[in-house]
Formats: sequence, structure tokens, C-alpha cells
Amino acid sequence: MSDFSEQLEHADAPVGEEPVRFDMQGALDGAKKSIPIAASVFAYGLVFGVLARQAGLSLLEALLMSGLVFAGASQFVALGLWAAALPVGAIILTTLIVNLRHLLMSASISPWFSRLPFARAYGTLFFLSDESWALLMGDFARGKRNAAFLLGSGAALYIAWVSAAIVGRTLGGVIQDPAQWGLDFAITAVFIALLVGLWRGKKDILPWIVAAIVAAAAAHWLPGKWYILLGALAGSLIGVVRHAD
Amino acid sequence: MQISLPTLIAILGMACVTYATRISGLAFMSRVKLSKRMEAWLRYIPGTILISLVAPTVLTDGPAEALAALATALIAWRTRNLLLAMLVGVGVVLILRVSGLK
Repeated sequence: MSDFSEQLEHADAPVGEEPVRFDMQGALDGAKKSIPIAASVFAYGLVFGVLARQAGLSLLEALLMSGLVFAGASQFVALGLWAAALPVGAIILTTLIVNLRHLLMSASISPWFSRLPFARAYGTLFFLSDESWALLMGDFARGKRNAAFLLGSGAALYIAWVSAAIVGRTLGGVIQDPAQWGLDFAITAVFIALLVGLWRGKKDILPWIVAAIVAAAAAHWLPGKWYILLGALAGSLIGVVRHAD
Repeated sequence: MQISLPTLIAILGMACVTYATRISGLAFMSRVKLSKRMEAWLRYIPGTILISLVAPTVLTDGPAEALAALATALIAWRTRNLLLAMLVGVGVVLILRVSGLK
């Protein structure tokens, strides 16, 4: 997710009427370039499968979530919200907020995708992810204009993600009492590791501190899981206000 | 292989809103220009969501969780390896709990 503004500026450059291709060669190219990333997506998906079992999801439920949602961070966040009395509204709303960043990526490729047939453009966008988007922008920056690259890349990562969920959910059964092995901390550890990757420098300090304090206070004083949205809103709004200065 | 109705609704709801975010940029933003402020806000969202998720556990559960969080962050920062960072975090919390630090 680095250099968003640079990529967006690039996407804003006049594209004229240059042809956008969409063919097998582009799809294969995208899949091939995604293989190293697919390996790490598989490892990440294994962790999801294990934690899904721990959260109480059946194999079918874990498979459906990975297959239909196909968005790692939001799926981990949903597991964090999972409870016997399922907070369906909070889970869907939180998923929406976590995935709002897709809007930026989708907007950045719209100059090209808007010239594809409807089914190709909107079908391919199901596979839009941080990783595939970054690869696609790199490919476009090198002068290629094959939108099927995103489909091939997305399909490769999709296969890795969904198959890893099945393997992880199945193998996770070896563990009987998660807390006894410290595994109740696993999801927190995953979030912390993801956070390190999201760190963008000094400008994140204040928003993150505000989010942490508001979330911890809200978790203590309010029922349910709303502390996540409250913390995120407080922190991100502070960030925007500071950004405007 | 079973699925409960609330779970099915939650998963289908997640799938719908996620797909909506994926097509939103193409569907709307080719016509409407995203303001710089809106863009900046969207970029703060993922980090602040994750911080909010971990803050109650890390700040209020006890020294074992706080120290394990530090170890996890350190490994993630040095290695960029999610799986390794998670295993170290779990290992540290386990050792500290077994040694009586709650």
C-alpha cells in the first residue's frame, strides 16, 4: 500500500484512447508474477483457518467466508468480533469500514477498467486486493495495458487463500484447549504484526495513540464490540484534522 | 459441515459490503473526484482499526500480554514475517503465564 499518492497521480495522467487489452496472456502474466506473494498468502490463510476454528466456525463457514469475502484483514477482524450471540450488524459494519480502502484502489484503475465490457470489469474487480493492485500498478507503470493481469493475479491469490483456509481449519483440530497453549493471544499477535506493516511514520503516532486510548476506555465502559469503531473513528479523524493543518 | 443462519447472514453481508467497496471506485469515482481530505481519512482507517482491536488486550489484560505484544511487534518489524511474529507472540505469552506472571 505504499506510495498511494504517486500511484494515484500516475493513474490520473491522461490516458487518451490507448487500447486496454484483456486476454489470456495478461492473465497468465499476472498469475506468474503473483506466485511468491501467493506463498505468503497461503501462510496467512493457514493462520486464518486455525483461528476460525478457535472462534467456533465450522469448516463450511470458514470456507464460505474466505471464498466469498476474500479480504484477509477484515476476516481476521470478524473473527475478533465472533461470539456465541453473533453481533451480525457490528461484523458487517466493521467489515465495510476495514475494506473502505478498496475504494482508493478501485478509483485508481477506473480510467482503464471503465473502457472494458461491464462483466469483465466488474467480474475482475471481485479479485481486487492490496497485493494484486500493487502488482497491477507496477505493470501499468511499465507501459503494459492488460487488465486481465488483475484477474490472473487475483485468481492465484484466491486459490492460495481459500485452500489455506481449508487446510488450516482442518489441521487446527489438533489443538484442544487454545488458552492452554497461549493461542488465545494468536489473533492479537496477528493484528500487531499487521500493524507494523501499516506504520507510515510520525504522522501515525497521534492517531494510533488516540485510537488505543478511546478503544481501551470504550471496551471498559461500553457493552459489545463498538469500541473498535469508536477507536478507529476517533484516531482517523484526529489524523485528518492534523493532515489539514 | 454445518452452518447457522446468523453466521450465513453475517458472511453474506460481509461478502456484499466487501464487493461493494471493490467496485465503488470504478462505479462512482470515475465521475466524482475524491477530495484530498477524504483520501487521507481512508488511509488512516486500517491502522486505527487494528490498534483499536488490540488496545484492550494489550493495555488492560496484564504484563504477560503487554510484553508479548512488544515481542511480536519487534519480530514483525525485524523480519516482516507474520507467521514467525505470531508464533513468537504466542510463545512469549505462554512462557510468561506459565512462569506465574499474570
